[in-house]
Amino acid sequence: MTKIKTHVLCCGGTGCKASASDQIIDEFQNILKEKGLQDEVQVIRTGCFGFCEKGPIVKMLPDNTFYTQVKPTDVRKIVEEHIIKGRKVTDLLYLDPENKQHVSDSKHMGFYKKQLRIALRNCGFINPENIDECISRGGYEGLGKVLSEMTPQQVIDEITKSGLRGRGGAGFPTGVKWGLCAKNKADQKYVVCNADEGDPGAFMDRSIMEGDPHSIIEAMAICGYSIGATKGLVYIRAEYPLAIHRLQVAISQAREYGLLGKDILGSGFDFDIELRYGAGAFVCGEETALIHSMEGKRGEPTFKPPFPAVSGYLEKPTNVNNVETFANVPIIITKGADWFNKIGSEKSKGTKVFALAGQINNVGLIEVPMGTTLREIIYEIGGGIKGGRQFKAVQTGGPSGGCLTTKHLDTAIDYDSLMAAGSMMGSGGMVVMDETSCMVAIAKFYLEFTCEESCGKCSPCRIGNKRMLEILDKITKGNGTMEDLQELRNLAGVIKDTALCGLGQTSPNPVLSTLDNFWDEYVEHVVDKKCRAGVCKQLMHYEINPEKCIGCGACARVCPQEAISGEKKMAHHIDNMKCIKCGACHEKCKFGAIEIK
Amino acid sequence: MVKLIIDNRPVEVAEGTTILKAARQAGIHIPTLCYFELAGMNFENKPGGCRVCVVEVEGRRNLAPACATDCMEGMVVHTNSARVLNARRTVVELILSDHPNDCLQCEKNGDCELQALAKRLGIKEIPFKGTQSTYKKDCTLSVERDMDKCVMCRRCETMCNKIQSVGALSAINRGFNAVVSPAFEEHLGDSSCVNCGQCVQVCPVGALTLVDNISDVAKALADPTKTVVVQTAPAVRVALGEEFGMEPGTIVTGKLAAALRRLGFNYVFDTDWSADLTIMEEGTELLGRVKKVLNGEKATLPLFTSCCPGWVSFFEKNFPDMLDYPSTAKSPQQMFGAVAKNFFAKKIGIDRKDMVVVSIMPCLAKKSECAREEFAVNGNRDVDFSLTTRELAHMIKQFNLDLNEMPEEDFDSPLGSSTGAAVIFGATGGVMEAALRTAYEIQTGKTLPRLDFTEVRGLDGVKTATVDFNGLGVNVAVCYGLANARAMMEEVRNGNPRGFHFVEVMACPGGCIGGAGQPYHHGNSDIIRKRMEATYREDAGKPIRKSHENPDIVAIYKEYYGEPCGHLSHEQLHTHYYDRSTKVEVK
Repeated sequence: MTKIKTHVLCCGGTGCKASASDQIIDEFQNILKEKGLQDEVQVIRTGCFGFCEKGPIVKMLPDNTFYTQVKPTDVRKIVEEHIIKGRKVTDLLYLDPENKQHVSDSKHMGFYKKQLRIALRNCGFINPENIDECISRGGYEGLGKVLSEMTPQQVIDEITKSGLRGRGGAGFPTGVKWGLCAKNKADQKYVVCNADEGDPGAFMDRSIMEGDPHSIIEAMAICGYSIGATKGLVYIRAEYPLAIHRLQVAISQAREYGLLGKDILGSGFDFDIELRYGAGAFVCGEETALIHSMEGKRGEPTFKPPFPAVSGYLEKPTNVNNVETFANVPIIITKGADWFNKIGSEKSKGTKVFALAGQINNVGLIEVPMGTTLREIIYEIGGGIKGGRQFKAVQTGGPSGGCLTTKHLDTAIDYDSLMAAGSMMGSGGMVVMDETSCMVAIAKFYLEFTCEESCGKCSPCRIGNKRMLEILDKITKGNGTMEDLQELRNLAGVIKDTALCGLGQTSPNPVLSTLDNFWDEYVEHVVDKKCRAGVCKQLMHYEINPEKCIGCGACARVCPQEAISGEKKMAHHIDNMKCIKCGACHEKCKFGAIEIK
Repeated sequence: MVKLIIDNRPVEVAEGTTILKAARQAGIHIPTLCYFELAGMNFENKPGGCRVCVVEVEGRRNLAPACATDCMEGMVVHTNSARVLNARRTVVELILSDHPNDCLQCEKNGDCELQALAKRLGIKEIPFKGTQSTYKKDCTLSVERDMDKCVMCRRCETMCNKIQSVGALSAINRGFNAVVSPAFEEHLGDSSCVNCGQCVQVCPVGALTLVDNISDVAKALADPTKTVVVQTAPAVRVALGEEFGMEPGTIVTGKLAAALRRLGFNYVFDTDWSADLTIMEEGTELLGRVKKVLNGEKATLPLFTSCCPGWVSFFEKNFPDMLDYPSTAKSPQQMFGAVAKNFFAKKIGIDRKDMVVVSIMPCLAKKSECAREEFAVNGNRDVDFSLTTRELAHMIKQFNLDLNEMPEEDFDSPLGSSTGAAVIFGATGGVMEAALRTAYEIQTGKTLPRLDFTEVRGLDGVKTATVDFNGLGVNVAVCYGLANARAMMEEVRNGNPRGFHFVEVMACPGGCIGGAGQPYHHGNSDIIRKRMEATYREDAGKPIRKSHENPDIVAIYKEYYGEPCGHLSHEQLHTHYYDRSTKVEVK
């Protein structure tokens, strides 16, 4: 038997796949074969490493070398240098932006230093399509423990004691939710995994399902055992083909190993899981809408009560949890509630996964202990703002969240403090904005999303959000009045107060938080007819600063309207009658001569 | 019991009572829009969507919809705090901002619940200016749809799906574009719609209205070359008064006849007369089938009634394999038309083309029924136009008349006399009772000891009884609401385990008295109950209460038709059914 000396872990998440990680893996296999190393080196397609900004990622074991932005053409070098000669390929190593040193082990990178990966514990370590790898890292231990040592009530107590709260947005205590469902008697109950991740830019759940699908299966079975359900359903959006595939593979492997199906591990407990596909409606992330969608009905929420714990899927008691919530469950069982509840802040235990995006250096998937500050995330993990520009705002909680500003940077992230600051945890979207973002336009962007995704059932959300969007549109076009701002605030308050479901009730948050934190910007739009970020096209124009212009003509050449004229080596001029404000000249000019006015 | 405080008043209600109902009990009337209930008739629409009824519950983060929130012990509720009033007003302003607000030209002007709400809240201007939803207009022969006016209350959807199981209407699209529509935005007429019109009856606004035929009738009345004959259905006389401010349940038969005469109809007849004729035909058909079975021959049982055109359309669309179950007897409207255009036109010596037959019906489906090809001779319809009770009320007003001031007059002869059996056709169970009165006496040759078959009366959705026909137990069932009818058809298809012989089906809640052409009841089932009581009062007061004893009916068989279910009556008074199942093709 040959012994494997080196493991090559290559990210097979959706992001890295889009950057040719499949070809990288093929290339590794071809070259290793060519060198006769196929039996000594094992190439593993893993889930997401999180550092998407630097993807595709290739990690070498046992020495933990972390190669970034690998291209298929780099593979030969890695094989010949690293694997054969034992020399690191320096130019593929991460370059620390601070000290300009190459870093080879991820644990020394700013991006990873402050992270604590619990929900993502296996992502990037195992081949998600191989159940043995999962088991070797403790997979299904929790299920085994539960079935052999614990009563259903003990499981619920343990989860309650851990302080785990729903990671889908609202933060309801998971153990309490299980307990509510457990006490309802019925001939059939259901465990539903809400994998309808829909916040713009969010991919936490997708990455967990792609990287560690067995953790979800195991957690659902544990939940089923504790509440008395034998059927599990994963509601997953059809546009997550890779996650669907990996779940399907994992489910069939789990069945093969007797970890799903009849009489699991000889305990007499039956549990099986089916997938249900969603068409990608944001509102179907709301649990009643999700249940209706699974039933083949129109995906729209209904008034609670009755809660799904009483009457859910097919009017049977149903427990709905989000993917990330489930991902935490097995490890809480194996390591114990007391281990988990020491992590995090007073009322929010454990960690939270965020999809870090926007104008930040290190875009990617991160997991941090609750209580980490926004500043730590943005400046240490995120590596600060792109291009050295000024931080302006961070949007958390997706379309239901709000925009926080510099004064909130030292806010410790947990359910309650984010809520108090006027935003929310949400499912974990985190979009960082710099001075080039217009906060009115940002509010408008999120509202456009909400209007698109509203189910239309209740009048405040159906009509109210449309009216708010129209007012914002008016403001960004320079036609707003101070009365509009007043109306905007009133409408936002009424929608929050009267909408039927969580989506509607939180939809005004981006507007309210920007009104609170960026009031001056709104007033500028309305009174001065100015957009300081230069985003609202109707409120700005470009001018060439004759002192900076050297007359190179680059701007004139890219102008699609031939609006720029001037003699060679003389300052140029923009004809604003012709200009369509596309910004091409502004981007092209190397001398900063084209200014937004 | 649960104790709570609403607007500083202590209230005690049964567990499971909503805040809306508890408040009403305390004399506090929280406005609603989407909420709709027919108490005691198994119809409740409670999507909690309009958010007009929101109230403040102390300790709760946001406002609660009173219609859908149950009272809890110790709850403190405010229905008129500044926060509530502002929210409610803003919500209504929002709804109005996406509404055409063309009240003066709207069919529902004066009957519109949104209009009433705006008036009640004192809304004088709409602060929101913005896009308005626009959809293509659509109509069937009975129903007009102008979805620009839809407020997404979903009442029509609940009615169409839960009560009628027709499934023609459901919400489509999302967000601002969400609207109730047939699948794939097809024409309603191409859908599974049966034109029962109950969607119109429950629509709070002018989104769903009837197809107005007043001008067609007015034109015929003004045409000196036409002899215009009118027939009026049993349920009209117990409801028309409501349109003139009378108490629900007021019987206006005599005033109705007088008003019709003043409108200029040349002959004022009564559909009750042809209801008696229907009993003769349908009753004979029932006895024929029962006798065959008793003689060991094959016959299709149970016999289903066929008076209700919504029901006829429903079984043609949904049960094409069971078209031999329903009675082949035409409905009273169409029997009347056939008699008028064949027998009566000849009798008064005019060509059928010079006669215009108008019916006054509590029903929208009748408009579609009279347009069926099989009910016309060379394109000349047996019944030319069908007006609803509401249209007749409008017409009376347009002709400068007031029903209150009408004298009591009789219908004309010979198609105007009727019995108590015909009157009760208007209420659920009425056709059954009328048929039993006649069938019993014909079958047994004995006089009924008791005319009132109370076991088939009342507002229950499904009623069953076994009637003793001199030792022969006849199993009957009565249902209204097409979902109940669907269940009944499926039961029969699965072998008729309860051995029914005769089943009455009416599409509308409570039968024709709750028809879609009746004055709007706005969810007040007491109105339907009072119309029903009036129906049975009218029956009790009639000198003759059995169809086969109507002298004009006896006479027409003697003079013209020979015998019930005879050759000529088969030609004129019976019909055929067709497979009209709808297939939706995705383009």
